[in-house]
Amino acid sequence: MASIDITDVRKAYGSTKILHGVDLTIQDGEFVVLVGPSGCGKSTLLRMIAGLEDISSGEIRIGGRVVNDLDPKDRDIAMVFQSYALYPHMTVADNMSYSLRLRKTAKEKIAAAISGAATKLSLTPLMERRPKALSGGQRQRVAMGRAIVRSPKAFLFDEPLSNLDARLREHMRGEIKKLHQDLGATSIYVTHDQIEAMTLADRIVAMNAGLVQQVGSPLDLYDRPANLFVAGFMGSPAMNMFEGTYRNANGGTVELAQGVVVPLAGPAPTADGTKVTLGIRPEHVLVGKTGLEGIQALISLVEPTGFGTILHASAFGEDVKAFSLERGVAVRGDTVSVSFPVDRIHLFDTATGSRIG
Amino acid sequence: MIRPKRLGMTLAHRAAILLYIAFALFPLYWLVKVSVTPNDLLYSEGVKMWPSRATLDHFAFVLEHSDFPLFFRNSMIVSVSTAFIVTLLSSIGGYALSRFTFRGKFWIVGLMLLTQMFPLVMLIAPIFKMLSPLGLTNSLSGLVLVYVAFNVPFATFLMQSFFDGIPKDLEEAAMIDGATRFMAFRQIILPLTLPGMAATLGFVFTAAWSELLFALMLISGVDASTFPVGLLSFVSKFSVDFGQMMAAGVLALIPACIFFLLIQRYLVQGLTAGAVKG
Ligand SMILES: Nc1ncnc2c1ncn2[C@@H]1O[C@H](COP(=O)(O)OP(=O)(O)OP(=O)(O)O)[C@@H](O)[C@H]1O
Ligand SMILES: [Mg+2]
Repeated sequence: MASIDITDVRKAYGSTKILHGVDLTIQDGEFVVLVGPSGCGKSTLLRMIAGLEDISSGEIRIGGRVVNDLDPKDRDIAMVFQSYALYPHMTVADNMSYSLRLRKTAKEKIAAAISGAATKLSLTPLMERRPKALSGGQRQRVAMGRAIVRSPKAFLFDEPLSNLDARLREHMRGEIKKLHQDLGATSIYVTHDQIEAMTLADRIVAMNAGLVQQVGSPLDLYDRPANLFVAGFMGSPAMNMFEGTYRNANGGTVELAQGVVVPLAGPAPTADGTKVTLGIRPEHVLVGKTGLEGIQALISLVEPTGFGTILHASAFGEDVKAFSLERGVAVRGDTVSVSFPVDRIHLFDTATGSRIG
Repeated sequence: MIRPKRLGMTLAHRAAILLYIAFALFPLYWLVKVSVTPNDLLYSEGVKMWPSRATLDHFAFVLEHSDFPLFFRNSMIVSVSTAFIVTLLSSIGGYALSRFTFRGKFWIVGLMLLTQMFPLVMLIAPIFKMLSPLGLTNSLSGLVLVYVAFNVPFATFLMQSFFDGIPKDLEEAAMIDGATRFMAFRQIILPLTLPGMAATLGFVFTAAWSELLFALMLISGVDASTFPVGLLSFVSKFSVDFGQMMAAGVLALIPACIFFLLIQRYLVQGLTAGAVKG
């Protein structure tokens, strides 16, 4: 096991720049999840750590040692591919023992290692099968098994669960978490499933367009997104965002469209008249009967999820989403009042996108 | 229960296939038929599907009294060496084209394509001129050299398409597992490309086995003649000994058949794999 230090790492294919300088330190034993939209460079970064992709500039250190020019085989890491990449002509046992055989590990040790891994992953009855005779979930477990038979310095996962159905994904998510708690190995996990990111990570690294947007604990990112990108990316249904103007008067307010004024908890550290974006998560929007304090709104759509209800309300020319655990709060066509609790409001500078306060 | 209309369609389908097979195999049948027809019946019986009296005399003559066994041996040496050398080179080359980007790749591929564009007849004189001072005319090695040169480009493209069909992830996984690139190639990729290699082997073997033009032009003595050239020796100025010629032809089919029987398991896999994966 080892820590991983990434210093100003850049990647370009010819003149196309993919990563624009990534800095990241991953502690020994930490589980870090990289999230971001498709094409933002998550896989590229992971593959650079693995040694499958050249590093255009910058430095990657694994356990303190610079690995920029080291072949993948000398980096002592394990990787689980999205496609699983099982060797089709080898049995499950041979797939799992391949890395140990390459290292000329003693036969008894190999046998012990693979039977240990097989037990952990309930693969024991499948050891003599070829990959093509396995289900998707079983293949996924073999891919995991192949990674854990040796004790590498770090585990890399590139969307390992994205080919499984929702239920199995949920199950394997739990398995991966347990496995990490057992082995305590440094892990970097790429996904664009935010539930996976939230549940698995010690720390989340949110990326967009080749740049790290925010690094922090899952709840950190959720509760205090550093910018509009993170605010919009984390959370489902997504955060409501309304553009407006900041006013210093009356202890800090935001003027939204159609003269609607939303009070803030206190004056914000920005100039009067700044263009701002007000963000509020749907589960924090309060919906009540009209007449109560709040903004007049018309319910335009009700989406029951079983778990709760998503309400879409039109107010001040915008679509306001609210999430409620209760059912039957309102029906389509109802006139309601919506309000935004001051301590739940996020404020962003519209021009720069970064968080205010 | 098969409905009558479906049955009719199936029958028509089968009949069409049968017709095609009959058409394709008829020359082979005729080859066998003539090879067992005694000389005195060849012209006297008219067109008959099977001679009234069959004989193996032609075979006996070809094997015992002609240079045919020698031609046969030469062809065997040339075709087998060509097939193996080409498959080896094209596997390595095809892998490089499939997996690496390197400077000049575009031009190398372009040049390889260019070599496939010329009618071979145009090249005979220059090749003869080049090989003759090297002492490679009239020799089997010269012939192998020429066959290899002409088969490598196409075979390389063929192998490239097989490698393209194998996901890159596999060798990357192997390299992360601790293999060098070459080990990943040998232990992971190569076993998966066996069908492709069998197809290439078969293709090149057949091409070399039946090649006539270069064999005819580059070889003048009996010692280094291959079997297609040998076949022509049954054509003399005054007559063509069809019976012996056909017997020789039948014999020449045998190694090709055996060869394909050996690789057919891989070949079928290989051809279909190539078909779906491009
Ligand atoms: N060989 C290449 N040549 C040029 N551009 C490439 C190459 N490989 C990847 N890219 C580009 O790099 C960018 C980042 O790709 P990457 O695979 O890292 O994205 P990702 O974040 O993993 O996305 P996804 O979530 O879809 O897997 C993409 O825009 C992609 O088009
Ligand atoms: Mg990716």
